[in-house]
Formats: sequence, structure tokens, C-alpha cells
Amino acid sequence: MSSLPAPSPPVTLETQPFWDAAAAGRLVLPRCDACTTVIWYPRAFCPACGSTAVCWIDAAGTGTVYSCTVVRKGQGAYREAAPYVVAYVELDEGPRMMTNVVGCDPDAVSIGMRVEVTFDATDKGTALPRFRPVGS
Amino acid sequence: MSIRGTAFVAGAFEHPRREIPDRTIPQIHGEVAMGALADAGLTLADVDGYFCAGDAPGLGGMSMAEYLGLHVRHIDATETGGSSYVVHVGHAAQAIAAGKCSVALITLAGNPRSGGFEGGGRAFASAPEGGFETVWGPTIVANYALAAQRHMYEFGTTSAQLAEIKVAAAAHAQHNPNAMLPRPVTIEEVLESPMVADPLHRLDCCVITDGGGALVVVSPEVARDLDRSCVKVLGAGEAVKHTDNGRVDLTYTGAVWSGPRAFEEAGVTPGDIDYASIYDSFTITVLETIEDLGFCEKGKGGAFVADGGLQSPNGRLPFNTDGGGLCNNHPANRGGMTKVIEAVRQLRDEAHPAVQVPDCQLAVAHGTGGSLATRMGSATLVLGREDA
Ligand SMILES: [Zn+2]
Repeated sequence: MSSLPAPSPPVTLETQPFWDAAAAGRLVLPRCDACTTVIWYPRAFCPACGSTAVCWIDAAGTGTVYSCTVVRKGQGAYREAAPYVVAYVELDEGPRMMTNVVGCDPDAVSIGMRVEVTFDATDKGTALPRFRPVGS
Repeated sequence: MSIRGTAFVAGAFEHPRREIPDRTIPQIHGEVAMGALADAGLTLADVDGYFCAGDAPGLGGMSMAEYLGLHVRHIDATETGGSSYVVHVGHAAQAIAAGKCSVALITLAGNPRSGGFEGGGRAFASAPEGGFETVWGPTIVANYALAAQRHMYEFGTTSAQLAEIKVAAAAHAQHNPNAMLPRPVTIEEVLESPMVADPLHRLDCCVITDGGGALVVVSPEVARDLDRSCVKVLGAGEAVKHTDNGRVDLTYTGAVWSGPRAFEEAGVTPGDIDYASIYDSFTITVLETIEDLGFCEKGKGGAFVADGGLQSPNGRLPFNTDGGGLCNNHPANRGGMTKVIEAVRQLRDEAHPAVQVPDCQLAVAHGTGGSLATRMGSATLVLGREDA
């Protein structure tokens, strides 16, 4: 658990499996049955081929920081949370997902850092996948 | 079909105020519409095509046509964020070339300074990507900061180089009596201003202003009968760039596609351009765009903007001579309109004498909408003098 706010996400028919898995502490990714493309953000449609036959796979839960910033002035649910890190993490399966990097000094996060998934429970029964430095 | 030379910008008007608590948004649309029509020497009754974007309240084009008393045979409410109005000029030229209208009015108005920030919250709530970004607290500045960090990582771009962009804009703004921030600044002042989202400081960010602007685009036949010097539309390009199934590359913008389309249609190259209005929501927006439009090699933008590279009249590429969004005006959080307006001023020799590019023959106006590199509309216009 990190000390960051964990606002509950909008859950839709298309994204319910992702958030159900997150609640159980698993990071899953949609993959196209027709062309095997791993899809991000989660949707019931393959933007590579147009297929709607999409299944869910377990992600390794590890990745590399593609870009990161320390937000010094937050808004909304994060109004009191600064400083905190917003990053794109390139998952080992390919997609670059927006997330937070937690579990270390915000100024210590850098591009190229290896990170692993961790989950913060929301107050609505699901959990947000965040990342922390590998081995921290 | 090419639109080269099929339409002219006959009227341009920028609202002179930057804080307008005493007007409604439709009122501001009305003021700028009348201002641009008066500039062209035309009236509301002459307008047969109307263009507006997401800032138009109510039912958008329908509500505003009613408010303004327009009777049009062509309407276009293309919404690509701050780049919409640059897109509209190209679309107006297409519509005029196809005979769908002959006097097109484009308006923009908003009051985020006095009326509270309008970030399009409702639209974001139902966006398919919404739940996979907003929950992690990315502010608007953070989105642009992520692009800047990656650009720095790949190409060695520095904060001092980004600061040069603000310094150039501020140097121009000191000659604009209406500018929100008319004071010149130094690189050190930019670097010492508070960090908002690393590496972007407060002075890397544009102003938040009330206001608006309008343009009148007309057919060659209408232009011929006007007393006002008109500006020729030579080429237009547009593009949408998105995260591309999560394989987003933050180091370039949609300008890599919109730019070549516009230059090809105009039959010119970036090296031919005398003046450029470049969308400047943040300093990094300018840096990536300059590279993507081909004014310099990818990754060399930092060196290009250094040492006064963007300052008029002697820089490598005089830009945003009104002070841009960084210092002058960013009405309704949408800067595309003022980009076209200042390019029109330059081509009419009506920019402030201190920043007027001598013998300005060819100009670019480039708009950026949405979020840099991740979900954005890019639009490029090439404009020339009436006899171009
Ligand atoms: Zn597929």
C-alpha cells in the first residue's frame, strides 16, 4: 500500500474484468484472439485488426519506466497528494500504461528504472495497479 | 482537389481584453464576430458559412447561429481542442472551393480566467480511456511534462533551452499593449520559477485568459471586391495522433503528418517560411512542433531555439510575435485562433513594428489540441500575401 489517494475508477462493461482482477491483486491485459495483439487501454475491441474476440491474460507485472514526472501541484482527489510521480511504464508485454511509481522518494524515479506492480485498494471494492522499484 | 489559392482570410479580430467577468460567452462570440466582419468590410448578412468548436455553448453551431442571427448554408463544428480554428480555416477553404459557401465566419470565445477552468470534465468522464489515466492524478501540466522528460532523455534537451522559448515570447509580448504578461523575462527567471511538474516550471506554462477571436474566410470573388488586404490560403494539413494501442511515443506530435500535407499543398518547404505561429500551451509544445514541422532535424530543437533563435526579426524563425499563449493570450484555453490572427497580421505588415518580419511573404500557423503526443489534433496552415 502507498499513501497516495486511490480514487475509484469508472467501471464499464468493457473494463469490468480488468478491475475485478485488480481487486484480487492480479494485473491482467486484454489480448486479441484473432491477431494476438496485446491491447491497451483495456477494451473489447482490437485496434490492430477490428476483432471483438478479446481474451484476458495475466501480465508478468513488471516493466520499465518510459517517462516520469514529479507532480508538485495536484488537483481533484490528488489536491493534497503532491509531490507524487506520474509515469508511463512500458510493461514487459509491450504496452506503455500510465500509472504512479510509489515506494521510493519521488525524485529517485528515473527513465529506465525497472519496476513491479503493487495494488492500492479503493473504497469501492477494486484496486489501482501502481508500480514500485523492483525489489523495494 | 487542392485548396491552394481557393480562399482568402479577409477579416481577423482578437478580443482586446484578457479578463471579461462582465460578459457571457455568447456575448464574446458576438463581439469577436462583429470585429472580424468589420475588419473585412462585411456584415452578418453576408455570412453563409459558420464554423465553431467545443467552446460554443448550448447546441454549439446551432445555438450560436441563432444567437448571432446567421442564415447559413454550410456549418462545421469540428472539435479538435485548441487546434480546431486552424482546422476550420482549411475546412472553410475546402467548402468555398466546393461552392458550399463564400463568406465563412469562424468564432472562438471563453472565460476560464473569471469563470473557472473549463477542462471538459464531462467529456472526459465518459471517454473510453478515462479510467486508465485520470485515476493516477495526471494534471494537464503533467501530461506535457512526461513528453518533455522523454525528449530530454532521448535528445539531451535542457530546461534552459525550453526557457529560451518563453524568453522569446516575452520579448515579443513587451510590444503588445494587450498582452497578459508584457514583461520581458530571462532564462534564469524561468528556471527559478516554481516547478509545477518536472521539468516544467510555472513560466514554461501558458497564461489562462478570458477572451476570444474570429476570422472571416472568403472566396476569391468576394476578396476581389474588398478594400482590405487579404491573406491567401495556400495549404492546410490536419492529423490526429493518439496512444496507438498503448505504444505511444511522446517525442513527436501529429505535426509530423499535418506539416508535410500543408507544405506539399502550398508547394513550399519549411525553409521558405518567413514567420511561424506555433501553438505554445507549454514550451515543450513549441520545441517538439518545430522539429516535427521540419524547421530542424528531430532532436535538434533545443539548439534551434537557443541564442534567440525564435526572436523577431533576426532569429532563425521569428515566432509568436504577439507574445503567444505563453505571454499574450490563450482564450478559452484554446490557442489556435490567435495563432492564425498573428500570422494574418504579419502577412498584412500589421504586426507591431518592433516585431514585424520585414517583407513577410509566407507564414505558417500551427495548432495543437488535446494532450501533447498522446491524444491530440494537429493542424498546419500555410498562408501567403494576397498576391502569393
Ligand atoms: Zn486483433
